[in-house]
Amino acid sequence: MSVLIFVELDNGSVKKTSLEAVAYGAEVAKLTGTTATVLALGAAETSALEQTGNFGATKVLHVSDEKLSHENSLAYADVLAQAVQQENSKVIIISKSGLGDAVAARASAKLKAGIVSGVTELPVIDNGFSVKRSIYTGKAFSTVEVKSDIKILVVKKNAIEALEGTGIAKIESFTPTLRDSDFLASVGQIEKASSELSLTEADIIVSGGRGMKGPDNWQPLLDFAHALGAATGCSKPVSDLDWRPHHEHIGQTGIKVAPNLYIACGISGAIQHLAGVNGSKYIVVINKDPEAPFFKAADYGIVGDIFDVLPKLTKAVQDLK
Amino acid sequence: MKILVCITNVPDTTAKITFTDNDTKLNKAGVQFIIGPYDDYALARAVELKEQLGGSVTVLHVGEAEADPQIRKALAIGADDAIRINADPVDSYFTAAQIAHIASENKYDLILMGRESIDFNSGVVHGLVGEMLGIPSYSPVMKLEISGTTATLAREIDGGKETLTAELPLVLGCQEPISEWKIPNMRGIMTARTKPLVVVEPVSVEEMTIPEQYSLPAPKGACRMIPASEAETLIKLLRTEAKVI
Ligand SMILES: Cc1cc2nc3c(=O)[nH]c(=O)nc-3n(C[C@H](O)[C@H](O)[C@H](O)COP(=O)(O)OP(=O)(O)OC[C@H]3O[C@@H](n4cnc5c(N)ncnc54)[C@H](O)[C@@H]3O)c2cc1C
Ligand SMILES: Nc1ncnc2c1ncn2[C@@H]1O[C@H](COP(=O)(O)O)[C@@H](O)[C@H]1O
Repeated sequence: MSVLIFVELDNGSVKKTSLEAVAYGAEVAKLTGTTATVLALGAAETSALEQTGNFGATKVLHVSDEKLSHENSLAYADVLAQAVQQENSKVIIISKSGLGDAVAARASAKLKAGIVSGVTELPVIDNGFSVKRSIYTGKAFSTVEVKSDIKILVVKKNAIEALEGTGIAKIESFTPTLRDSDFLASVGQIEKASSELSLTEADIIVSGGRGMKGPDNWQPLLDFAHALGAATGCSKPVSDLDWRPHHEHIGQTGIKVAPNLYIACGISGAIQHLAGVNGSKYIVVINKDPEAPFFKAADYGIVGDIFDVLPKLTKAVQDLK
Repeated sequence: MKILVCITNVPDTTAKITFTDNDTKLNKAGVQFIIGPYDDYALARAVELKEQLGGSVTVLHVGEAEADPQIRKALAIGADDAIRINADPVDSYFTAAQIAHIASENKYDLILMGRESIDFNSGVVHGLVGEMLGIPSYSPVMKLEISGTTATLAREIDGGKETLTAELPLVLGCQEPISEWKIPNMRGIMTARTKPLVVVEPVSVEEMTIPEQYSLPAPKGACRMIPASEAETLIKLLRTEAKVI
């Protein structure tokens, strides 16, 4: 009956957003009087799997098959469905990402399970099972009653505060049946900037807009991001103009981020950009135009020239250390 | 090449969202509706592939008659015909079951969708439809070429992208830069009027989730302004007050 949490691995360790999902799953397990089991697929460090215990998991089902080390939502959903059957799980928790949504979707069709994507709070379980989710790209919320016997919740970043405690998760190896039909696609080139921090995982993001004025002016922003240990993002026109790579594009039609701190440099704050950042805990805006709409969505603001302000901020961060 | 493109009918990206009827319905007054921006990329690429390879593009929408102007727009952009499944979908499972039903009767080579709808942002309908039909699904796809019965696609993975080769049929969730949004021309608008738009009734689907109530985020407090000459103060506040660095 345990709550089953599907986690994503990155180089053998459990992604931070997935650890949040583990903490979320452990809370749901408490609410439903059961335990939290993690499902991890592909090569993984034993210590990384055990670490999920610190977030409340009591057991980890690990499928160490190397075939699963490459992202494959078809096979992952298949394995997840088999784990659900073995554990007789009624609630499945997955952290929101392109992969998470794909796995959730295919598992939902296999298990005839209701799916709620974009969950922002713990469920309310009294007479039924209802849960709050984000809709209209962060402009609103919807409370949804889940009727199906098996329920899949795809959880957004910061849905709960994931506090790390101490606990031991017992690792069990799990050997599902893998179907050849899930491995037919052949994978070509993989371009991954492995040194960069991923935007969806980052606690701090420094983002630049058209105010950066060209592809050659990013050094002050990169220096500031580096000093903070932050990931970098950009507005849509910036990636359209190829000043920055496409995977940095944040907003309604780009990546949606929810860091603890989002720092916007020379971005006007168009509603489509705000839609991608409205899950951030704190927003800082640096813009030379005091009327820039972004200030209305900000917690802290500086009216000034980015090229003048950024070096000062970088120095102030360096001085903290 | 038979292509099915699934489109949503959603509030414009600049729309202010409010609710009526005790927060159980979207307030549509004054809201302009559009084809979902990601669906628009899918449609544009479908039309290009048809021009290149021949075949047909069918657009499909699960929703009520209020979406007809957007469906006509898709026809004006270059789709050949349209199907509307006459229902107010309660959730992704319902929508996917309707799409899968139509697809199982018509044998499409490619089913293109947006990476996500901008009303529900679930990003799950393509995966659901793929699984219901027993064929692969990939998302978000940023590049798509077809040669014979083989698709070569580039999809976004966390922090990068990868290239995949897979056999048709496939279900794909699309995003830029797969293509560029197309604007209908005069000829397209004229011919769209006479292209077939078939309305069919939904098949019945088990109830999975029911939306109960909508709500809006708490209003944001005032922004604290720091003079540019004292920019360092910001860093202090982020450390001591917000405690985020
Ligand atoms: C359907 C649709 C979807 C869209 N999706 C997205 C999306 O996902 N993400 C997105 O970002 N946009 C999106 N857009 C575009 C959006 O509407 C805006 O055009 C875009 O966000 C503007 O980018 P920007 O703020 O970088 O540029 P601008 O609006 O040109 O703003 C530049 C800002 O920089 C400031 N500035 C200039 N020089 C300096 C300086 N030296 N120092 C300090 N400040 C300076 C200016 O005052 C200005 O506020 C979408 C649009 C549509 C129609
Ligand atoms: N009501 C609908 N009618 C047709 N297609 C839809 C509908 N809802 C979602 N889709 C398709 O599924 C994609 C993903 O939607 P979602 O899972 O809601 O984020 C959309 O971009 C559309 O292509």
